[in-house]
Amino acid sequence: MSAPLLTVENLRVDFVTRRGIVPAVRGISFGVGREKVGIVGESGSGKAVTGRAVLRLVPHPGRVSAKRIDFDGVDLMGLSERELRQIRGERISMVMQDPKFSLNPVMRVGSQIAEAYRIHTGASASECRRRALAMLEAVRIRDVERVYRLFPHEVSGGMGQRIMIAMMLIPDPDLLIADEPTSALDVTVQMQVLAIVDDLVSQRGMGLMFISHDLNLVASFCDRVLIMYAGQIVENCLAAELHQARHPYTRGLLDSLPRVDDTRAELPTLARDPAWLEPLAADRTAGS
Amino acid sequence: MIRVRDLTVTFGHGAQAIHAVRGIDLDVAEGESFGIVGESGSGKSTVLRALVGLNPDWTGEIAIAGEPQHRKRPKAFYRSCQMVFQDPYGSLHPRYTVDRILSEPIEIHRLGDADRRIVDVLRDVGLGPEFRFRFPHQLSGGQRQRVAVARALVLEPKILLLDEPTSALDVSVQAEILNLLRRLRHERGLTYVLVTHNLAVVAYMCERVAVMNLGQTVEELPVADLRAGQTDHAYTRQLLSASQGYDRQAVEGYRSF
Repeated sequence: MSAPLLTVENLRVDFVTRRGIVPAVRGISFGVGREKVGIVGESGSGKAVTGRAVLRLVPHPGRVSAKRIDFDGVDLMGLSERELRQIRGERISMVMQDPKFSLNPVMRVGSQIAEAYRIHTGASASECRRRALAMLEAVRIRDVERVYRLFPHEVSGGMGQRIMIAMMLIPDPDLLIADEPTSALDVTVQMQVLAIVDDLVSQRGMGLMFISHDLNLVASFCDRVLIMYAGQIVENCLAAELHQARHPYTRGLLDSLPRVDDTRAELPTLARDPAWLEPLAADRTAGS
Repeated sequence: MIRVRDLTVTFGHGAQAIHAVRGIDLDVAEGESFGIVGESGSGKSTVLRALVGLNPDWTGEIAIAGEPQHRKRPKAFYRSCQMVFQDPYGSLHPRYTVDRILSEPIEIHRLGDADRRIVDVLRDVGLGPEFRFRFPHQLSGGQRQRVAVARALVLEPKILLLDEPTSALDVSVQAEILNLLRRLRHERGLTYVLVTHNLAVVAYMCERVAVMNLGQTVEELPVADLRAGQTDHAYTRQLLSASQGYDRQAVEGYRSF
């Protein structure tokens, strides 16, 4: 692992409801360097909330606490809302799952990208436009002048997601948090979008937190994988070594996936062990 | 069991017409499990909806169990052919109990003996009798999909049409549902037509598979060939490569078809 860009220690997220406190993330610690880190888990494992907690985007009634969330020498937990806005979007940005819900439907996509640049740099309108067009080219959109003038409903899912990525990358962040950025896309488009992210991450030396439910995808795309179960990190390993994973939950997930060359008569199903819910010793989650 | 010739489905007309399916031929034998794979917009779900009669505007020939089918299906048709939908959250009535969801088809078809049928079908899909009087919101995604399968099976059909039955589920739950569907097919000698975008699911569940793109069949091949990667068509190869995981080099060669 390279020098960590983001260090999270003992992060907890609780949702306070009428029926009591529901813990979504239960004391996890991890670091992200200038590398691609995948966070994998099933629905309800706390993976998406972890990504949001870093940027203080957990919706009400969620309650975030952490010993520290250290980003490039700054403790994000100690910042005011105003100070955090200097970091959010500019140095850490986030791509959400569905471009349909994260783009402004009544604004041309080019203007939205240009706006992101203007807010963070204060550049002139013509400079913003020029940068936005260059960014659209960087995410491999053809005929950028035409696409610049389109509205979100006029673009396909794959193009919408590229536009989102362009918007998130134009302020040149150090860390990108991507929450299921390609789950709504067809496989080939998914791979093309990932290739763009991959190139940008390696060219710009960014860190990437890639949140996904797709084990095989993360194993082939990321450098390192964190597996979450019931709000805890149960496995932290190199992506290339995922197939030698030790935790029975990881093993169970890997086994339950059908493969194209599958000839098994029955897929093994996951027998959930109540012991996996027990709090893990700190040293098991802290290391990398 | 299922014979389709030159099936064409068009939405809208004139200049705005969208040709969702452009002349498809299919033959599915009795007891066979046939897969249709393709990306979004390939027309795979539209084929299934035309087969089951949810999509009245089609031309061509559809014959099921030797009977030519027309726009309107007789009631008896639905006793032999049932469908399971993609989204278990949207396909069950939120204010009906499992009992009522399952007893409705029994009443419509005047089968009688509802009590025994419901208990039996719940047991067959791996749900205990304690689930009978629950509402959908009290069930997990996997349990809901089991209820959707039970609703299709309660009429004891010969053919089950499955539209992405596991794509809304977590992988560990997906394995349970796929095992269930495989077991039911062997026990009851059912014929399946399974539509999915997931090649691994098709390889696991089916004997033959048709690859669709832009409303047409690109190729039809035995699953054994798919497993071995033996395909002549660049589109199928690209789909296979993309579903094996991320490969920076391979992406360079992708093109649109």
